Amino acid sequence: MTAAVEASGAEAPGEPPVALAEPPRRRRGSRRARDSGLAMLLLLPSLVIFGVFIFYPLVHNAYLGFFRVPPFPNLPNVYVGFDQYRDVLTSQDFLDSLRTTVVFALMTVPVGIAIGLGLAVLAHQQLRGVGIYRTFFSSTVATSVAVAAVIFGTLMNPQVGLLPWMGINPQPPILQNPTWALPAVAVTTIWQTLGLTFILMSAGLQSVPDDLLEAARVDGASAWSRFWHVTLPMLSPTIFFAVVIGSIFAFQTFGQIDLLTQGGPLRKTNVLTYFIYTEIRRNDNGKAAVLAVALFFLTLLLALAQIRLLERRVSYER
Amino acid sequence: MSAEPTPGRARARMKKLGQYALLTVLAVIVLFPIYITVVNSLLKPSQITSTPPTFFPTHPQWSGYQQAWDQGHMGLYLRNSFVVTTIITVGQVVTAVLAGYAFAFLDFPFKRTMFVVFLATLMVPFEVTIVTNITTVSNLGWTNSYAGLAVPFLATGFGAFLMRQSFLTLPGELRDAASLDGYGHWRFMTRVAVPLARPAVAALTVFAFLAAWNQYLWPLLVTKDDEYRTVQIGLKQLQGLAIDQLNVTFAGAIIAVLPLVVLLLVFQKQLVRGLTAGAVKG
Repeated sequence: MTAAVEASGAEAPGEPPVALAEPPRRRRGSRRARDSGLAMLLLLPSLVIFGVFIFYPLVHNAYLGFFRVPPFPNLPNVYVGFDQYRDVLTSQDFLDSLRTTVVFALMTVPVGIAIGLGLAVLAHQQLRGVGIYRTFFSSTVATSVAVAAVIFGTLMNPQVGLLPWMGINPQPPILQNPTWALPAVAVTTIWQTLGLTFILMSAGLQSVPDDLLEAARVDGASAWSRFWHVTLPMLSPTIFFAVVIGSIFAFQTFGQIDLLTQGGPLRKTNVLTYFIYTEIRRNDNGKAAVLAVALFFLTLLLALAQIRLLERRVSYER
Repeated sequence: MSAEPTPGRARARMKKLGQYALLTVLAVIVLFPIYITVVNSLLKPSQITSTPPTFFPTHPQWSGYQQAWDQGHMGLYLRNSFVVTTIITVGQVVTAVLAGYAFAFLDFPFKRTMFVVFLATLMVPFEVTIVTNITTVSNLGWTNSYAGLAVPFLATGFGAFLMRQSFLTLPGELRDAASLDGYGHWRFMTRVAVPLARPAVAALTVFAFLAAWNQYLWPLLVTKDDEYRTVQIGLKQLQGLAIDQLNVTFAGAIIAVLPLVVLLLVFQKQLVRGLTAGAVKG
């Protein structure tokens, strides 16, 4: 008892200077301790979902790629190391699919953005009732990939009277035509994403200062030159963002292909995601996993490009 | 307004008319696929396949809708889509509010690392994970169930990021003042932070609803029969109909799109905010 009192008494003399300096940090430390339990609790639901359905599959995919699935059911998978990665990633089917995916992105993204931007500029004018046109131009945002594909696919059915009446009647019919199938899917996609592109571009236009345009007008710049030299440079961050997001979407294209062409004719529309899907349906998870790993790295490349561009933009603004 | 327009004013009026004409022509082109779908859904199948095409339904037939709803099971699929979409939307908003709150108001070890982990999920397209997720869902016994359709999407990095950004704009003194009033974190979150972050919550809700409603690949992979199919997959079945039932196909497309048209007309502003959150903030 006495010893204890003495002991605490003995500690006391050394304490005051420290105690004077410490309280804020100590309080912060205890707050941090109190907070971390709560923080873990708040983050846990998200972390569980991410762990089970995003990070685990990512790692497991890479692992699955090391195993070849035998062509007959009920045989065990065979460990083949990197052989399957090499075989699949150098196969003609993969290279064709990769090219189709890139061509599809090139068909849809620049054209889609150009149309969306054009409509946004037109609808940005000071006109009475222009709001209703904005609603019209953004309306396709309500359509899903499946809705757009069913509408366009049925309208492109050669037995439906519309296209023949317009003088469009190629042989074989558009969606079975090796030349026209991919462009037809691209047109469907551009229409379906037009509402989203229009909304993005309109929001970007809002951030272009009116006095800058007014100054250019006073200096005698024509409407075209104002657009080219003022609006477009000011919009470049929005356009970059739309290009990256659009390309990532294009790389994930699936529904249109499944509903319109099933990868055909002659595999001419066999984009990467559809390729993965057909391998899953054939129960070849090893090959599907390798393709998925490839898709992941392609997307990562696009995302990193976006970060680079954003970094440049930040330094530019400074 | 004056009775005799000056040449300058006349030219301005002509220019304005030209602008309206151009906008109208473009709007007609953009809306044409939807318009012709509505028309075709109300025609007899024989009219759809005839040339020249019919551009106005003089005798609208509603049997296409009836058939899509009954034989096409669109009524059932609509219900499934509503259930799954609601679960996903509510789940995403709740997990995003919780995680966003932790990142904005709490101090804990590895906070930066944790935030990077959340952002990293944005770089993984769902298509990349399906091979393994199908097995996972099947092992959990969730194939062909609402759980299988919804659980993988109950949390997103985007939602957490959006809510964190929104919470960070609230003045710091707010938390201190609430503390003095004896508000714990839970009460501060539900009574102060979330109500003040309403615009972000609304934007996230509309965005999540839209994305969930329009899902196609995942429902195709994890549903086995009509009981759990969603509207988008129902459309795939309607698309395969014979040439003399195309009015049913078109009617199905309208049924699938109508709920979203209504939703977006009501929540246009919130949607625009949700869609542009990434672009404008950079």
